[in-house]
Amino acid sequence: MGLEIQVQVNGKNYQSEIEPRLLLVHYLREVLGLTGTHVGCETSLCGACTVLVDGRAVKSCTMLAVQADGSEITTIEGLTATPEAAGGLHPVQEGFWEKHGLQCGYCTPGMILSAVQLLRDNPSPTEAEIRHAIAGNLCRCTGYQHIVEAVEYAAKKLRSRKR
Amino acid sequence: MIPAAFEYFAPKNLDEALRLVERHGDEAKLLAGGHSLLPLMKLRLSAPRYVIDIGRIRALHGVREEDGRLVIGALTTHHDVESSELVRQRCLLLAEAAAEIGDVQVRNRGTVGGSLAHADPAADYPAAMLALEAEIVATSSGGSRAIPAGEFFVDLLTTQLRPDEILTEVRVPVAGRRSGGAYRKLHQPASGFALVGVAARVRLGEGEKIESVAIGMTGVAAHAYRAATAEQALAGKKPGAKLLGEAAGRVTEGVDTLGDMHGSAGYRRAVATVYARRALEAAIARAGGKTA
Repeated sequence: MGLEIQVQVNGKNYQSEIEPRLLLVHYLREVLGLTGTHVGCETSLCGACTVLVDGRAVKSCTMLAVQADGSEITTIEGLTATPEAAGGLHPVQEGFWEKHGLQCGYCTPGMILSAVQLLRDNPSPTEAEIRHAIAGNLCRCTGYQHIVEAVEYAAKKLRSRKR
Repeated sequence: MIPAAFEYFAPKNLDEALRLVERHGDEAKLLAGGHSLLPLMKLRLSAPRYVIDIGRIRALHGVREEDGRLVIGALTTHHDVESSELVRQRCLLLAEAAAEIGDVQVRNRGTVGGSLAHADPAADYPAAMLALEAEIVATSSGGSRAIPAGEFFVDLLTTQLRPDEILTEVRVPVAGRRSGGAYRKLHQPASGFALVGVAARVRLGEGEKIESVAIGMTGVAAHAYRAATAEQALAGKKPGAKLLGEAAGRVTEGVDTLGDMHGSAGYRRAVATVYARRALEAAIARAGGKTA
C-alpha cells in the first residue's frame, strides 16, 4: 500500500509513493539515492543519520518518511547550496577540513548538520555549548577535540563575514 | 531495523483523531514525535496494526498561560519547552527538565504528551509533573478529563490513559511568590535517560519555614513517584543542611528500587539521596530561602 508524499530535499522537489513504515533515512538513501546520510546505530543514539527537517536537526532513523511529508530537508549533499556556503564549501565543512575534524568520516555528515543548526541558533557558541550541541552525535575516532575546533573555526568564519 | 507493516492515518484535527481512536484504539498506537514509539516498533517490541499520526494537529502545539496555569499542548516538543520564555519565567523546573532530555535531535522531535503517555520509568517529565502537581488532560469523543499527575502513572510504561483517549494537554499551576523549583539528574551516559532524576518544588512561608514541598522521583522505580516520607520530614520546618540531608535520605523509603546493568538498586538509592538534596537546595535558593 503506497502513500504519496511531497518533500523538498536540498532545494529540489520530490514526489514519491512509499510504504508508511519506510524510515526517513532509508527514503533519503534508497529512494532518492542520497547516501551521504549514514545509518549508524539505528537506535536513535549515534546521530550518524542526522539531517535538518524544516531547519531542525533530527535523527532520520527515528522518523517515518510520511512524517516528513510537506517538509524541507537538508542533507550533507545540500550544504554547498545553502546561503552560508557562498558558492564554496559550507564553513562547517571547511572547518572539518582545516581542523582535521574527522578520521574515518562515518559520523561526519550528521556531526556537521548538528553544528549547522547550532551556528544558526547561536553564532558565538562557547566550547561547552558546542559540546552540548553535538552530544547527540557519537564519534569513535577523534575524541571530539578537533570537531570542537572545526565548529569554532566555522563560527569565526561566519561571524567575520557578517561584519 | 524496520517496523512491521501498519496502516497509517494522519488526521488533520482532533475530532478526526478522536473518531479514529474510538474505532481502532485497541489495535492502534498514537504517533507524535515518535521518539518513544518508533524505537519500539523498529525493535518489533511494538507492532500496532494502525498508527495514528497526530503530529499534524496544530491545536495541540504550543504553550500558553491561562487562569494562573501554564497550558502545554501535548505536541509541544522538548525543545519548545526548554526554549520557551514563558516556561522559563513561570516554571524554571519544567524548562530544566526539558533541557535534560536526550540530546538536541531528540528534543527537536520528542513531545511532552508522547513522553508522558509512554511513561518510561527513567523519563524526565513524569518527575517534573509530579512535583508541579500538574493535571494531565485526556480527551475522548465523550469529552475531557483532567487526571492529577499523582494518579496518572500506574506502573512500568502504564498510565491511566484509556485506548479511546488522546492526551491533549498538560496544565501546570504557576507558583506564587516565595516558591522555587529545580530538576537535578544523573544521566545514564549512553542513552541520556535518568539513572536518577529529582524534581523538587518548595514554597516558603512565615518564619522562613517550608509551607509546602513536593518531590518527584524518576529512574528509581517502575514508575515515577512522589517521595512522600521525605516531603513529610520537611513540611513546616525551617530548611537547613541537617534537615535536608535527613529528608533526602528518605526519598527511596518504601520504594521497590530498580537495579540493572547501569546501576544497582543500592547505587540508585545512594545517588537518589545526593540528587534529592541538590534539587531541594536549588529549589529553596530559588524561593529566596537559605539552606546553610
